Amino acid sequence: MDAIRTEALTKSYTVGFWRPRPYLALDGLTMQVGAGEVFGFLGPNGAGKTTTLKLLMQLIYPTSGRAEILGKPVGDVGVKRRIGYLPEQPYFYDYLTAEELLRYFASIFGYAPAERRRRAAALLDEVGIGAERRLALRKFSKGMLQRVGIAQALINEPEVVFLDEPMSGLDPLGRREIRQLILRLRDRGCTVFFSSHVLADAETLCSRVAILAKGRLMTAGRLSDMLAFHVRGWELVVSGLKEDVLARAQQCRQVVRATRLAEGRYALELPLTPPPERTLADLVGQGAALVSLTPVRDTLEDFFVRQVSGAQPSRFSETA
Amino acid sequence: MRVIAHVAVSVFKESVRDKVLYNLVVFAVLLMSASYLIGELTAGQDVKIIKDLGLASISVFGLLIAVFIGIGLVWKEVEKRSIYTLLSKPMRRQDFLLGKYFGLVLTLVINIAVMTAAYYAVLAYMQVISPPNLRASWPAPATDPALLKAIGLIMLELMLVTAIALLFSTFSSPFLSAMLTTAVWVIGHFNQDLRDYGATIPSPLAASIARGIYYVIPNFSAFDVKLQVVHAQAVPLGYIGFTTAYGLTYIALVLVTAVIVFSKRDFK
Repeated sequence: MDAIRTEALTKSYTVGFWRPRPYLALDGLTMQVGAGEVFGFLGPNGAGKTTTLKLLMQLIYPTSGRAEILGKPVGDVGVKRRIGYLPEQPYFYDYLTAEELLRYFASIFGYAPAERRRRAAALLDEVGIGAERRLALRKFSKGMLQRVGIAQALINEPEVVFLDEPMSGLDPLGRREIRQLILRLRDRGCTVFFSSHVLADAETLCSRVAILAKGRLMTAGRLSDMLAFHVRGWELVVSGLKEDVLARAQQCRQVVRATRLAEGRYALELPLTPPPERTLADLVGQGAALVSLTPVRDTLEDFFVRQVSGAQPSRFSETA
Repeated sequence: MRVIAHVAVSVFKESVRDKVLYNLVVFAVLLMSASYLIGELTAGQDVKIIKDLGLASISVFGLLIAVFIGIGLVWKEVEKRSIYTLLSKPMRRQDFLLGKYFGLVLTLVINIAVMTAAYYAVLAYMQVISPPNLRASWPAPATDPALLKAIGLIMLELMLVTAIALLFSTFSSPFLSAMLTTAVWVIGHFNQDLRDYGATIPSPLAASIARGIYYVIPNFSAFDVKLQVVHAQAVPLGYIGFTTAYGLTYIALVLVTAVIVFSKRDFK
């Protein structure tokens, strides 16, 4: 059974007061997310990622199409017991402390008071909120609120967790901690569906991704299938390279581009042909020393830019 | 029910932390100062005036709480987006809405109970300090239990006002909700006049509109028995029972409407 399934999920709004016209926020999204996957839902700002998450949480209703979580229609109270959700830029009751907030959410799940305290304490430890847990949330920084938001999404040990831009507002250390947390969730068998426009996060964490642009699904699948991992060149780093040797190599088109690094090293971009071994042998024969040789592959960013730049320009209905 | 109770308790806690209960201090100070001043200025009428003033104050303070908290109950959650996390938990939208309603009713009940206690304390004090011949001239004792009938109906009226404020807050801004709730409350106090409007004007259209409003807007004047209890006139239990049933029916209808509106709403 899929953890998440959508079929032709569509959401349009009416915009404009004097000349109302429909605006397609999400256009016929069909996708499946398997149980236990870390699924990246990617797209530029305004692509429809948050709209999709709101539809899955039934904060908004679809214009057409359907969505299921764990085999049940979205909005089912039984399903809500088994999922967690972190909204984008979460806001909580700022008069409560982090502990009180988590205990309040735990009470909605029907846990006994002792269990509420235990879960709140364990989760705040897990997301790195220390003594601050007894401060009112109005005194929290954006990053700390984000951590509290992640903790509340996990209060019921969910089977599926939806994270809308989970790295938003976090410093590099915080991002690394949350990445590790997502991987721990995966190891526990939890399905993680997270939206992001930070591709490095998706590349590190996801088994599969979907790319959304202007309300439409551009592509979805395994990262390894999408990027194909074919080599499109080489990066050679050498030291002790003389400038005349470099100039000759560039003339012979053995080197496409050269960048001077620190301490007399050069990063050289080599084409696929001639083979890098030959160029390397020539340069080493003229006094250069090998530091590293790395194949240059398509990154998710390259793939993303190609997909997104091909998206259709308008989401306003032409029949309006 | 459990979820509704948790949401209701959180509304009450929020009102405590927002210092809503401070109004009780203002009420107590106002009532005590008024009783002292009136005692100095009037002869023999002071208990009646204190009774009147106390009931009016309970009504006004309660109304302020019902309107100004009621209009923000849902709006604030939507505007600040705290509703996103809450509705993703195992609760239905109606649980959230009813929890908000009963939370504010709980705040009102506690407020009214404390104000009533202070009110009776001031009246008991007046009873003790008044000479026996003056007490004999009163149509009812200062601490007349019949006053509770008026307070009970004030509470019912406030519960209805809260439901109306909540209904408006499910789809409009606090400013508009405050305007609309206050308008309904004011029109509701002149509801009897709307019914009789047709007899005084020649336009059948205007008369029909007035009659339509009469049927839609609750008759708030039915909840007002302050004058009767202050003047020791009988308020039959049958009247209290009928008015209570009328109020509860209206509250149920307004809450059902609020739930329908709120359940269909998109939180963009």
